[in-house]
Amino acid sequence: MIRKTVSTVQEALTGVQDGMTLMLGGFGLCGIPENAISELVRLGVKDLTCISNNAGVDDFGLGLLLQKHQVKKMISSYVGENDEFERQMLSGELDVELTPQGTLAEKCRAAQAGFPAFYTPAGYGTEVAEGKETREFNGKMYVLEEAFKADFAFVKAWKGDEAGNLIFKGTARNFNPCMSGAAKITVAEVEELVPAGSLNPNEIHVPGIFVQRIFQGKDYEKRIEQRTVRKRD
Amino acid sequence: MLDKNGIAKRIAKEVKDGYYVNLGIGIPTLVANFVRDDISVEFQSENGVLGMGPFPYEGEEDADIINAGKQTITTMPGASFFDSATSFGMIRGKHVDLTILGAMEVAENGDIANWKIPGKMVKGMGGAMDLVASAENIIVAMMHTNRAGASKLLKRCTLPLTGVGCVKKIVTNLAVLEVTEKGFNLLERAPGVSIEEIQKATEGNLIVQGEIPEMEL
Repeated sequence: MIRKTVSTVQEALTGVQDGMTLMLGGFGLCGIPENAISELVRLGVKDLTCISNNAGVDDFGLGLLLQKHQVKKMISSYVGENDEFERQMLSGELDVELTPQGTLAEKCRAAQAGFPAFYTPAGYGTEVAEGKETREFNGKMYVLEEAFKADFAFVKAWKGDEAGNLIFKGTARNFNPCMSGAAKITVAEVEELVPAGSLNPNEIHVPGIFVQRIFQGKDYEKRIEQRTVRKRD
Repeated sequence: MLDKNGIAKRIAKEVKDGYYVNLGIGIPTLVANFVRDDISVEFQSENGVLGMGPFPYEGEEDADIINAGKQTITTMPGASFFDSATSFGMIRGKHVDLTILGAMEVAENGDIANWKIPGKMVKGMGGAMDLVASAENIIVAMMHTNRAGASKLLKRCTLPLTGVGCVKKIVTNLAVLEVTEKGFNLLERAPGVSIEEIQKATEGNLIVQGEIPEMEL
């Protein structure tokens, strides 16, 4: 067994520097690497390019990095619920590359799986396709999209073991498996870190080969953005 | 004239037995409330769940189980969770039978715009560009006119596009229309709405052939 465990979030983020490109898992506030984000804020690293489907909310998730003006560029598909993000983007303080959600996921997966680029129909004929190569296959038009290149990927899982194997819960899975192994170094934080051998190999979502460092996360808030419920009859 | 629930109720009639359906944010989400309960349908949410159920009972919300609108949800027997790449594989690979989404503008050639108002509002496209570029069966759910009273069914979209030539059917508070080579073909009128009212609210070419029935809800 190749051991991937590190004991602290500080150790896990060793090597993160100004100007780096980071991938961060999560959809909205669901499945985000809360511990890694807090440590990025504490480190105060600047001029970051962040690849993440959303940018958190004003006072949580990636919104915390935006508040401190640590982010130079965001690559996201949806920024809806973050006023500070929208303000920084419209004022030109923040460079934003809006990317269709499926393309964003596939650009991660391509980087993980060793594809330099792929064709997708998403965005054909829109401003997303401007300046990109297009090609017809079987009578339909496609846009050539390139794989991401990132320095670090920060992912969050429900359970993980010492070998870096990961299991996710519910829709907190989202972009996390696609980003694992898609950067030079993948750092996984988990709600429950267990000894190798305690997870069933049949139930692993991400094999440990895609993870370089894993640590036991703490103090998860797991905020809910839209609490929707129904009344009991 | 229909309200948002009325539009959702009419669209629910388009949902057939055995369909996998992706519902967008807003009016489309309401469609789930009106689907007949004697047919088998599974709802997909692009953040990574197939087999969505109703909202949870108070106290049973789980931060790890949400839909694409970030709302807490439940799952039905037979549900599954998956990652974002797999989710959009289902969409691009045409495994999802019906996509219902909202729009700011639709053009008579089937173009759709729903993600950006330059200089004013940028929410992002989310999964909309993947959905409209891939799905073969797309229904747009929207009000016929915007808040200022201007038509949302246009000759050409004025806002940045989400997709080209992809919309097949539109259900609004006034009418059901299909996109054809010659423009918007009027299929049904909302209860109590005249053809003249629909004509007045439609900037793009409206085709009216024969008797236009009222919607059955």
